[in-house]
Amino acid sequence: MEGEEDTMGTARGSAMWSNGGGPGDDEEVVEAEQQKQQRPIASGDHMDVEAYAGLYSGRTRIVRLMFIADRCGNPSTQMEALRMAYDEIKEGEDTQLHREVVKKIDGRLGPGYELDHVWADAVDRRAEQRKEKLESELNSYKTNLIKESIRMGYNDFGDFHYAHGMLGDAFKSYVRTRDYCTNSKHIIQTCLNVILVSIEMGQFMHVTNYVSKAEQASEVLEPVTVAKLKCAAGLAHLEAKKYKLAARKFLETGIELGNQYSEVIAAQDVATYGGLCALASFDRTELKNKVIDNINFRNFLELVPEVRELIHDFYASRYATCLEYLENLKETLLLDIHLHDHVETLYTLIRHKAIIQYTHPFISVDLHTMADAFKTSVSGLEKELEALITDNQIQARIDSHNKILYARHADQRNATFQRVLQTGVDFDKDVKAMLLRANLFKHEHNAKATRKFGFI
Amino acid sequence: MEDSIEALVAHVQALSGTPEDLTHLHSLLKQREDSLHSQASQLLPFFEHLDPSKHSLGYLYLLEAASSGTIVREQASEFLVIASNFVDTCSAEQIRLAPDKFISVCKRIKDQVILLQMPIRGIVPLRTAIRKLQSSSERLTSLHPDFLILCLLAKCYKAGLSLLGDDIIEVDQPRDFFLYFYYGGMINIGLKRFQKALECLHNAVTAPMAQLNQMAVEAYKKYILVYLIYNGQVPSLPKYSSSAAQRNLKNYAQPYVDLANSYASGKFSELESCIETNREKFENDKNLGLVRQVVSSLYKRSIQRLTQTYLTLSLEDIARRVQLQTAKEAEMHVLRMIQDGEIFATINQKDGMVSFIEDPEQYKTCEMVEHIDLSIQRIMTLSKKIRAYDEQISCDPSYLSKIGKERTKFDMDDFDPVPQKFL
Repeated sequence: MEGEEDTMGTARGSAMWSNGGGPGDDEEVVEAEQQKQQRPIASGDHMDVEAYAGLYSGRTRIVRLMFIADRCGNPSTQMEALRMAYDEIKEGEDTQLHREVVKKIDGRLGPGYELDHVWADAVDRRAEQRKEKLESELNSYKTNLIKESIRMGYNDFGDFHYAHGMLGDAFKSYVRTRDYCTNSKHIIQTCLNVILVSIEMGQFMHVTNYVSKAEQASEVLEPVTVAKLKCAAGLAHLEAKKYKLAARKFLETGIELGNQYSEVIAAQDVATYGGLCALASFDRTELKNKVIDNINFRNFLELVPEVRELIHDFYASRYATCLEYLENLKETLLLDIHLHDHVETLYTLIRHKAIIQYTHPFISVDLHTMADAFKTSVSGLEKELEALITDNQIQARIDSHNKILYARHADQRNATFQRVLQTGVDFDKDVKAMLLRANLFKHEHNAKATRKFGFI
Repeated sequence: MEDSIEALVAHVQALSGTPEDLTHLHSLLKQREDSLHSQASQLLPFFEHLDPSKHSLGYLYLLEAASSGTIVREQASEFLVIASNFVDTCSAEQIRLAPDKFISVCKRIKDQVILLQMPIRGIVPLRTAIRKLQSSSERLTSLHPDFLILCLLAKCYKAGLSLLGDDIIEVDQPRDFFLYFYYGGMINIGLKRFQKALECLHNAVTAPMAQLNQMAVEAYKKYILVYLIYNGQVPSLPKYSSSAAQRNLKNYAQPYVDLANSYASGKFSELESCIETNREKFENDKNLGLVRQVVSSLYKRSIQRLTQTYLTLSLEDIARRVQLQTAKEAEMHVLRMIQDGEIFATINQKDGMVSFIEDPEQYKTCEMVEHIDLSIQRIMTLSKKIRAYDEQISCDPSYLSKIGKERTKFDMDDFDPVPQKFL
């Protein structure tokens, strides 16, 4: 078992290495893309779990692997993910997670992947000892009233809890360090720790809070820290379905991020999240100015050529290829721990945007050509258009007989007349009703007065 | 005793000229009221001696006394003739001296025509009576609801319109108010003037009330149904409606609220099943007819939505999108809507295509200009009325005393540290 773990370790190490650098990474993604294009239906089958896991470090790697195992329909990928998660957990100290993953594996990976009582007991024992030690240390710091030591003590506690998967306790400990911060660096550290834990707990309110706290903390932040904070804020906005704000945050993320925030997010993710959110929420000029002409973000996009391509396709109105790219990406995105919930919404938004943009410059559009461009049937397209027109997102009407879409330019004059008359009628009605009610009140008042004083 | 009635008749004949005489006569009649009531059955012969147009006040007292007892079926017809004739010819100034008596006579007319199952006979007399009783057409009388219910019973909805056209602003009795607007709503529904119906029902539903009453609840049920037919969705009650209504109305009209919800889903199956489960309640409320109209309005609404999105569409497609069975049915619906002016379209029967066209109204015709002009005039009169009202209220003593009280209280709080209760 020991040997196996070692080989795994090296394998992972190499994957990490190949993903860490720019050019190597490109190659791999392109390769994956080619695989996808060969068999586009089941792109999830070909998900390179190792390469994916290599992008992340710390607990998020385990959590992401488990997530993939839960979501992926393909047993081999699932097993692969679980195996890696198992190995990874063994290197850490979270016995709870160990039990969980063993339960999920359910003996399907052979004798090497069963519940390891010896290991778990040892870890738990060690944890108990460590906890006692930390407690006594912290107490002595507290009696001595040395701020910095107390802070360190709490911090150690936080780290300890975090490593053992007790996120709530870790959160509390990290938050407590805040009271003992003596300089802005400490505050930043506190904030980053809290953000890390909160993201894993899914408490994105805290994330937003602590991002703003960190940003206010000091005048000059390191570029890496700034980038980290932007990412965290972007994630929080994404989670809150504020796609436009999320897109802005991701787009502002500096390239300094590199792979230094791998315990939360990979640079590739910044490109994907930012790109998709921008497509879904930006208008054309914004897309051009803030995404395509954004030199900083271009560096991120280079890491995920598909997203770069699909954004360019979208902007160049090559909707068919754009949508195809999106479709190919979908399986992988659905396995992403942050994006999976939003994939459908974002995709619909992007598709609608594409349809609206397509129709915008024309007075009349042939539905057959348009259906070709969107790789759909005429009747399907008609339905989508109908929904958009009903929503007032496209000002046009469909000639279903000749299958042509005609733009409709609202007649301002007529509309104004109509509105004026309607307003008049409404006003008339409302005022009369109001006078009537006023009179009823008056009557009631008088009646009360009569009753009270007994005269007529 | 007979003498005294004769004497009274003689008084009436003598004292019906000048206003002073009439005041004198009025006090005389008031004194004799009880004895007249006790002799109700013997009064009929004396009507011949009086002229309803000249001796209206006396005639009214006699008539009221005569009708106060139970009227047997044989006499009913005779009573109706006399009373109708009286209402028709009486002098408005004289009867306004005793409005209670006049109202009670008219209510007897209403009761009698309903008993005789000839509500149509009461319509004209009551309308005349209302006009004579009203000091202005903006005043609601107790006879308004009676008149409307006769119109409803006789199914003479058009006759009801002559009154409903007036803008009622002054109200004496809240009960009359609720009934008037509830019946008014029903008459407008009968004529399919849904917008007007909504106005009426809206008044009944949103009126200030301390507790819910049955009239408001029934009005609210119809309010929901008519909103669905006319507009497709029911707005929530406005803020100014009474808290009693806002809190409780929905609980009393649950089947109707459910109906509105299933209507909002746009699915016929859901709507039908909702109607099926609540059928009995709708039937008991006598609203099943309106509920049926709600169903057919869903078809209309779907077709109307299509006109917003399509220029041409085949009848089959319409049928499919609107969830109708056959193209033929769709054609009927479209045809009817074109006839009613609800959509603008042409049907090409050769290839089964419907072409929707835009509203041809260009707002350029003389009629339109005139219409707009009239609307402006209307709004201007209205704003004058509001100003007059404002002035009237700012001169109202009870309003002023309330404002004054509040102001002093405010001042006290501002300047005196000792709370008021200690003063």
